[in-house]
Amino acid sequence: MFRYANPAVFMGLSGALLPWVSGAAVIALAAGLWLGFHVPPDYQQGMTVTIMFVHVPAAIVAELAYGAIAFASLFSLVWRHPLADTAARAAAPLGAVFTALGLITGSLWGRPMWGAYWVWDARLTSFLLLLFLYLGYMALWNAIEDEMRAARAAAILALVGAVNLPIIKFSVDWWNTLHQGESIVSGQIAPIFLWPLLTMALGYTLLFAALWMVRIRTEIVNRRTRSLMQRAG
Amino acid sequence: MNSFLAMGGYGAFIWPAYGVSLLALVAVTWQSVAAWRAAKKKLAELERDNP
Amino acid sequence: MNGPFVSLLLRDLKLAARSGGGAALALAFFALVATLVPLGVGADLKLLARIAGGVLWVGAVLSALLSLDRLYQGDYDDGSLDLIALSPLSLEQVAFAKLLAHWLSTGLPLTLLSPLLALLFGLPWAGTQALFISLLIGAPAVSAVGSIGASLTLSLKRGGLILPLIVLPLLAPVVIFGAGAVSAALDNLPNGALGLLSAFAAAAVLLSPFAAAACVRLNLAG
Repeated sequence: MFRYANPAVFMGLSGALLPWVSGAAVIALAAGLWLGFHVPPDYQQGMTVTIMFVHVPAAIVAELAYGAIAFASLFSLVWRHPLADTAARAAAPLGAVFTALGLITGSLWGRPMWGAYWVWDARLTSFLLLLFLYLGYMALWNAIEDEMRAARAAAILALVGAVNLPIIKFSVDWWNTLHQGESIVSGQIAPIFLWPLLTMALGYTLLFAALWMVRIRTEIVNRRTRSLMQRAG
Repeated sequence: MNSFLAMGGYGAFIWPAYGVSLLALVAVTWQSVAAWRAAKKKLAELERDNP
Repeated sequence: MNGPFVSLLLRDLKLAARSGGGAALALAFFALVATLVPLGVGADLKLLARIAGGVLWVGAVLSALLSLDRLYQGDYDDGSLDLIALSPLSLEQVAFAKLLAHWLSTGLPLTLLSPLLALLFGLPWAGTQALFISLLIGAPAVSAVGSIGASLTLSLKRGGLILPLIVLPLLAPVVIFGAGAVSAALDNLPNGALGLLSAFAAAAVLLSPFAAAACVRLNLAG
């Protein structure tokens, strides 16, 4: 793992991987879309079930990204891995976008089913809180001027958030059952819907991985630029 | 074609959902790549001036 | 409780009392929230009684937030934090002392005011009792989670704006369980809210000093 700590090694590795990951993402997304639109209407939801194919993958990546940030933050704090801070920071805007996407598509999915764009479904509510966690994380990075301090503070916040996240989800679930709210996804998913869903989920994840690599590479280049400017100036 | 667009009456929700997803993913991809290109360009210029 | 701990605690309490009147500001804010909400939703006492638990819990959390950014910042700005770090107390003990001071100077007064504000909402006695107990248990959790946010933002001049953004999502469970305890009392249905709240509060109070201390350490090292 520490071999990749060297930025040059990471640049080389990611440069080689990027075309493959991006290509695979495009293929998976195309396949997923094709499968998704050749699906029969669900007996309960009609064709709105197709929204699930863009909602659930976004939700998966939103949570995955936060997990990645938490993992990278742990590396940063415990093992002082030099690229970990960069990786964590790079993932945050991506995670926020996917979370927002999950909220919007979830709302559009809910409207035909519940008659309202928002009914405090447990999953969507947890998502809303997750979005705030992302925003707070990004705000903290931007607010602290010293980069090293910002990195460590953000890492601590990410870990506190990661510990809190299951508790938040549990409490929102608990709250939801108390007030007998509606639920978007109920129980099993029929196999015919599973294939497009998994394919899209794969595509979204690969896309996230590709974009994450691009953003880390960008930050590595920017760091080199900054250090050159400091030496010249 | 019309029934494809109508999607059993739910088209008004399905297409915006896909639309906003496409828009968001394209936008974030474009921004990421643009930032990368700008960074590379800047570094190349600096390295030219400071061999 | 040893000498240095108690003296730090007393010092912080005195400082809290001196700046902004300590509890007075938080209490006034709390009362104002409790006044504005009925102005916003109307005077129907049945409605107010139903929403009292949630409104007063949110009000209490927001009021407690007010004094959080001063928790570490004052000492950081004038160099006292460096001196405190050199004292025989561990940074975790310092964090715990500040947490305790915040609760004593803000959380506890808010808790004590709550039955009076519950009156404004026409909350039945069972609900008021539940509100009071839930605040008694939950306010320390608010101080605990808040102190993490305070230590994360202690070097920021305008950290006061980011602090709520960071702290409030983390406090969602506290609000959920706290208000949940009130609705349980009103519906006469046990729902374990107080138990869950106590578990969260215990964990928060015990663990947050470690996180806060780590944040202080990283700010002092730089």
